[in-house]
Amino acid sequence: MIELVWLIPIFPFIGFLINGLFGRRFSEKTIGWIGAGSVGASFVVAVSIFFEILKLAPGNRSVEKIVYSWIWSGDLNVPIGFLVDPLSLIMIMVVSGVGCIIHVYSIGYMHGELGFRRYFSYLNLFVFNMLILVSANNFLLMFVGWEGVGLCSYLLIGYYYEKKSASDAGKKAFIVNRIGDFGFLLGMFLIFTIFGTFNFTDVFGAAPEKLTQGGAIVTLITILLFVGATGKSAQIPLYTWLPDAMEGPTPVSALIHAATMVTAGVYMVSRCSVLFAMAPVSLTVVAIIGGATALFAATIGMTQFDIKRVLAYSTISQLGYMFMACGVGAFASGIFHLMTHAFFKALLFMAAGSVMHAMSGELDMRKMGNLRKKLPYTHLTYLFGTLAIAGIFPFAGFFSKDEILFYSFEKHIAFWILGAVAAVMTSFYMFRSVFMTFYGKSRVEKDVAHHLHESPPMMTVPLMVLAFLSLVGGLVGIPMLEGGHVFADFVGPVFAPAKAIIDHGVHHEGHHNVTAEIILMAVSLGIAIFGLLVARFMYITSPETPGRIVQRFSGLHKLVYNKYWIDELYDFLFVNSIVEFSKLIWKKFDEAVIDGAVNGVAAVVRAFGSVLRLLQTGLVKDYALSILVGAIVVIGYLLLR
Amino acid sequence: MVTLEHYLVLSALLFALGIAGVMLRRNLIVILMSLELMMNAVNLSFVAFSRYLGSIEGQIFVLFVMVVAAAEVAVGLAIAVAVFKQRGTININDISLLKW
Amino acid sequence: METILFYVLAVVTLLSAVFVIFLRRPIHNVLFMILTMIGLATLFILLHAEFIAMVQIIVYAGAVMVLFLFVIMLLNLEEIDLPREPRPLRWGFGVILSLALVVMLFPVFKSIAPIINGVAQNGDLAAASNLDLIAKELFTTYLLPFEIASFLLLAAIIGTVVIGRKLTKS
Repeated sequence: MIELVWLIPIFPFIGFLINGLFGRRFSEKTIGWIGAGSVGASFVVAVSIFFEILKLAPGNRSVEKIVYSWIWSGDLNVPIGFLVDPLSLIMIMVVSGVGCIIHVYSIGYMHGELGFRRYFSYLNLFVFNMLILVSANNFLLMFVGWEGVGLCSYLLIGYYYEKKSASDAGKKAFIVNRIGDFGFLLGMFLIFTIFGTFNFTDVFGAAPEKLTQGGAIVTLITILLFVGATGKSAQIPLYTWLPDAMEGPTPVSALIHAATMVTAGVYMVSRCSVLFAMAPVSLTVVAIIGGATALFAATIGMTQFDIKRVLAYSTISQLGYMFMACGVGAFASGIFHLMTHAFFKALLFMAAGSVMHAMSGELDMRKMGNLRKKLPYTHLTYLFGTLAIAGIFPFAGFFSKDEILFYSFEKHIAFWILGAVAAVMTSFYMFRSVFMTFYGKSRVEKDVAHHLHESPPMMTVPLMVLAFLSLVGGLVGIPMLEGGHVFADFVGPVFAPAKAIIDHGVHHEGHHNVTAEIILMAVSLGIAIFGLLVARFMYITSPETPGRIVQRFSGLHKLVYNKYWIDELYDFLFVNSIVEFSKLIWKKFDEAVIDGAVNGVAAVVRAFGSVLRLLQTGLVKDYALSILVGAIVVIGYLLLR
Repeated sequence: MVTLEHYLVLSALLFALGIAGVMLRRNLIVILMSLELMMNAVNLSFVAFSRYLGSIEGQIFVLFVMVVAAAEVAVGLAIAVAVFKQRGTININDISLLKW
Repeated sequence: METILFYVLAVVTLLSAVFVIFLRRPIHNVLFMILTMIGLATLFILLHAEFIAMVQIIVYAGAVMVLFLFVIMLLNLEEIDLPREPRPLRWGFGVILSLALVVMLFPVFKSIAPIINGVAQNGDLAAASNLDLIAKELFTTYLLPFEIASFLLLAAIIGTVVIGRKLTKS
């Protein structure tokens, strides 16, 4: 079965081809089920490979399968090959599993949309590229998937392309991602210069010999790779595209901009854990950026009223958590959080989509309230997602988030404080959104109110599946004490080399301090409940409090509400200057020099042509004469030579 | 005694006559005939070389030249007929559509 | 004897070639062309190339020239349809240019002749009959060009048919 790993990305690609090429004649139902079925088929293959790999000894669970020699030129030999190991398998299963659920949900959500076929072919193409990204066995193939998901993200954000804001958001996402991709590319070039190969196993195997621990080169490589990761995973300073990306259809936000694509950066950093482990400086940078992003995005999330934007900032914040985990060397915890986050954030987005569906497209939470009676299933599933992300026991987020906080605490207390403060805010803004949307007084406008209805089963059933996963998904994290658990044991071998490098030379204080661990757990649970209570007080018990706070700190609120004016700052610093410079080049250089040169060449050619065409009489005889004269000249030259 | 040079000179003279025909005549059919004459001149020198070098290859080449000549004549005459049908003339000076 | 025969044939061939070029009526051109062909065929025999001589008569004097005759009859040109031929001045110019080419070729011949010794060689020609040798070479060494030649003829046939189709007014 492992031999058939190439089937996993192929299925969605076939789905893409069928829907993209022949979908015109199909009904909506056929298109939808082809899309969902192809991803489901990948999931089935992935699960069977998973069970097969479980049978192998933990040390031998990394299998490479080369399918085709793609580029072979001199020293450069890049195959199309797949690397099956616990890390990539977890990613494949999350992508195809969550992807399949979201495809099914989309059938209901996108019902009656004009570009139904286009939507599903893009979505399948996305899953194909994402699977390539996570299953590739070398950097270059991974980069193909990396760019592919970027393209699909662009296409799907701009899905409602008649809307200017949507197409602008698509462009913004694409261009901001390019900046990150540039770093990734440079990092790849550097890797090739030093190792002469792109293959993961070869590079990581040779890294300890070819690079010095903590050296400048390895630091440069990892920083460049991390720049790529900040672009794709929306970290400071390249996070600005993700909130705008909410212009796309909600299932797209759920799949691409919450569950899968944005986690590609985390996956990449984890995949390169050996390199990062060799560069302590880079690790610290990753941890600081991650922690800062987690806190920063959370503050913005507290002030937003657009339910999808709240979730978008929450996503950025949670991605920050994952990077912080990687930065403190707890790669397994980062991946664990990645998985649980995929469950509950996809759930939250899709539930928000269900709300939006009921509210005729309204996203402003100030115009909602008391929806729990009308949307019972949506309410319950959204609540499950919120409990999970806030980290309330025994939901999935509790396990993964607590683990990250624990490892941050072990590394340095400053990271723990960053994480803990962000956790309070997370709990607060998530429950704020719950209370504003589903509880309190109804602020729904009259003409929307009598339309309110629960979504069809096609949408609620996927919600329930994900709600169930959000509830139990964290249980693979037990027993969580003593640092080891089912999930970590499974993924652990992948990160063993990195762990060995990090631990090398550091005096290890024996076993985990179990007491500290329990205390931290209690603290983080308390933090989550504190956030809940604050939100409850402010939005249920005395709804006038938020207004008073805003008045009191109007300057601060304005700053945060406007997202610290970062977008405006970027516009001012980079976008405008580039636009002005481009205009200058266009007017002065392009029109004068380039066009002048092109037109000049054309004019010269025309002048010559107008003289030379006199030779073309159209009379065969004249041509024959010139042949004869030519022959005489040639013979004459040969004789006189 | 007849030497190779004799044949070559004869061949050259025939060739020159062919050139003159192509250069001077305006009748398309006669021009095609002049082309044939030039090919025959070349054939003659091939056969002469074959004889004086004691090698068969010259004669084989002549066969291929004949194939090409036959094909050329067939197509050329077809064109001549088609041109005459359409334009009512075989004067090549009247057929100068490929002019600027 | 051979020398005399050569000169006679050379004169006949050249003269008839001159008539081919200079006579005005196409039918006369064709008849003199046939004479030229026959003269050349005889020269081929003189050069011990009997097979080529036969082919020359069958293909050229037979097929090709008959084709020319057919076309001339098909067009059925009146005296008035014949193109007006150029004036003597133009004649002179053409003849001079052609002669220039020939004159320039003479030194070339002079330089070749000593190398080849000027004497007829039997070489491998003596080993077997002319036809035998040609056939053997054609079906072994020159098999590929031979096949290509057949394709060329096929293409010529198709091309002729396509060109000769009745034109539909469009």
